[in-house]
Amino acid sequence: MKLLTHNMLTSHVKGITKGYPLLIKATEVKVSEVEFNPEFVSRMIPKLEWAALVQAAEGLGHLNDLPVELVPDFEKNEDFLRRVHRVLLEVEVVEGCLRCPESGREFPISRGIPNMLLNEDEV
Amino acid sequence: MALHCSRACKQYLLHLAQDNIEFRLPEIKALLSLRGKQFCPTENFKERSPFWVLNNVSEDDVLSIMGRTVCAKSVFELWGHGRTPSELQASLQKYPADDMAPFIQKESTYKINVYTFNKTLVFKDRIKKIDALEFLPFQGKVNLKNPEHIFCLLEDYGSDPNNIPDEPFCVYFGRWIADGQRVLIRSHSVKTRHFIGNTSMDAGLSFIMANHARVKAHDLVFDPFVGTGSLLVACSHFGAYVCGTDIDYNTIHGIGKASRKNQKWRGPDENIRANLRQYETEQFYVDVLVSDSSKAIWRQGPLFDAIITDPPYGIRESTRRTGSQKESSKPAEDFGGESHVPVSMAYHLSDIFSDLLSFAAHCLVIGGRLVYWLPVYRPEYREEIVPLHPCLRLVSNCEQTLSSHTSRRLITMEKMKEVEDSDKQALVLESRFSPYQGHNAFREKYFSGITKRSGKSDGSTLVNGSD
Repeated sequence: MKLLTHNMLTSHVKGITKGYPLLIKATEVKVSEVEFNPEFVSRMIPKLEWAALVQAAEGLGHLNDLPVELVPDFEKNEDFLRRVHRVLLEVEVVEGCLRCPESGREFPISRGIPNMLLNEDEV
Repeated sequence: MALHCSRACKQYLLHLAQDNIEFRLPEIKALLSLRGKQFCPTENFKERSPFWVLNNVSEDDVLSIMGRTVCAKSVFELWGHGRTPSELQASLQKYPADDMAPFIQKESTYKINVYTFNKTLVFKDRIKKIDALEFLPFQGKVNLKNPEHIFCLLEDYGSDPNNIPDEPFCVYFGRWIADGQRVLIRSHSVKTRHFIGNTSMDAGLSFIMANHARVKAHDLVFDPFVGTGSLLVACSHFGAYVCGTDIDYNTIHGIGKASRKNQKWRGPDENIRANLRQYETEQFYVDVLVSDSSKAIWRQGPLFDAIITDPPYGIRESTRRTGSQKESSKPAEDFGGESHVPVSMAYHLSDIFSDLLSFAAHCLVIGGRLVYWLPVYRPEYREEIVPLHPCLRLVSNCEQTLSSHTSRRLITMEKMKEVEDSDKQALVLESRFSPYQGHNAFREKYFSGITKRSGKSDGSTLVNGSD
């Protein structure tokens, strides 16, 4: 699971009011190189929950010097875009789980793939 | 007809393939709209003809379309056309000398091809046709093997193979500019694809869907019923970043039974990511997840540029969502105790569509498109049964016939505005009249023409196999 995906995921456990962001508990993280595409990263940044991205990256030890606040004029700042690119698309959680911040329900991640299914008694 | 009214703007001749006929115009329109252009049909435009004249477009527009289309074979700069050889000649003689000049120079090489639709000409007749064009001021040398410029005489003998006229209905002459992307149909064929399933979408239709959805570079595209990721393969080919979900754990992880003949189990690296790697688009892989598309796993907001999907209809694959109901599914297998596999229950067709439209209305960007297949029982089909949503505009609706009484329709919708509270109520009212509400009723009708089918799945909501 990439952090871009994590940034868009929310918990859907029944009855909760605040399911975002999911807490990442990782036992295996890998970083694999992905071709840098400044245009895609620039297009994604306004869609991101920035604080959640910074928190997730920091939790995995891959903050990559991301600032707490989004920088202005990021479209022209290649160095910044490269750092966001790395965090969004190159850092991957291979094994671990996503924890619902309210209910504590854990969604397992195995072989890089989160399992967001709830059991029949939870829906 | 056939006489050029104005030379202000060049005309182009599109030569289209005669399969997936209904899907062609929406594809070309979508590709034109990506260039900010509209399709302006000529007076005698016939949608089912293999030849369409494009007006009010530049050569760059045309090249951009050809860089994506799987419906069109080639495009020509149209120098002249007419119903008879003399009309063609008159039309060609009106083509501005300045526009011809760069391609007929003394030191250049060229060849002329003859293409006939719905008729086969013998070699001698082809040569005659070319000789009849000798009034054209070509000064270059003929080179059949490696010419700089290729010209083509295209003749349309209509569409009735049992009634082929002696003379063509219409003839065109033009300079070849580019071919479309029909090579993708073979290069991306599921026959040679690393990871497939029983219901993997055919390569040609996948690219058509991506074109209808106007999927483009730097987009983020989502498939909520991703299966083996055929649609993501097509979208990533156009430079879009892709993600998907599926309720089937085995499919997403690429484990379990293989769909190929002579292969019992899936290999260790049979998954969607490996498919993208096969076509060198792995950099566009975002993620696939195990998830139930009826559940809101994405945070609210316009996240996706396109949603493109082939939902399960319970015809060739089961429709499932998590939940419990006594009559529901076969017992789920547990894979190595890794996680509990939730019991799944039938997912009614009407719910699939209302969930899908509502999800698209919430999660698409404005102008983003939803493209999906709607199964149709043909005797009862009316346009009104196509599900609507107050925030989504119906762009196109193309039928692919499957049998005398069944078909599926490729529906393309575009998000016009953000969802307001009043829209939610409108949707509830709308869905009450959906013919897809009685899921089993639809399935029964769908199968009603098949008389001697095996009674195996009678009365059950699920059909075995696939995913």
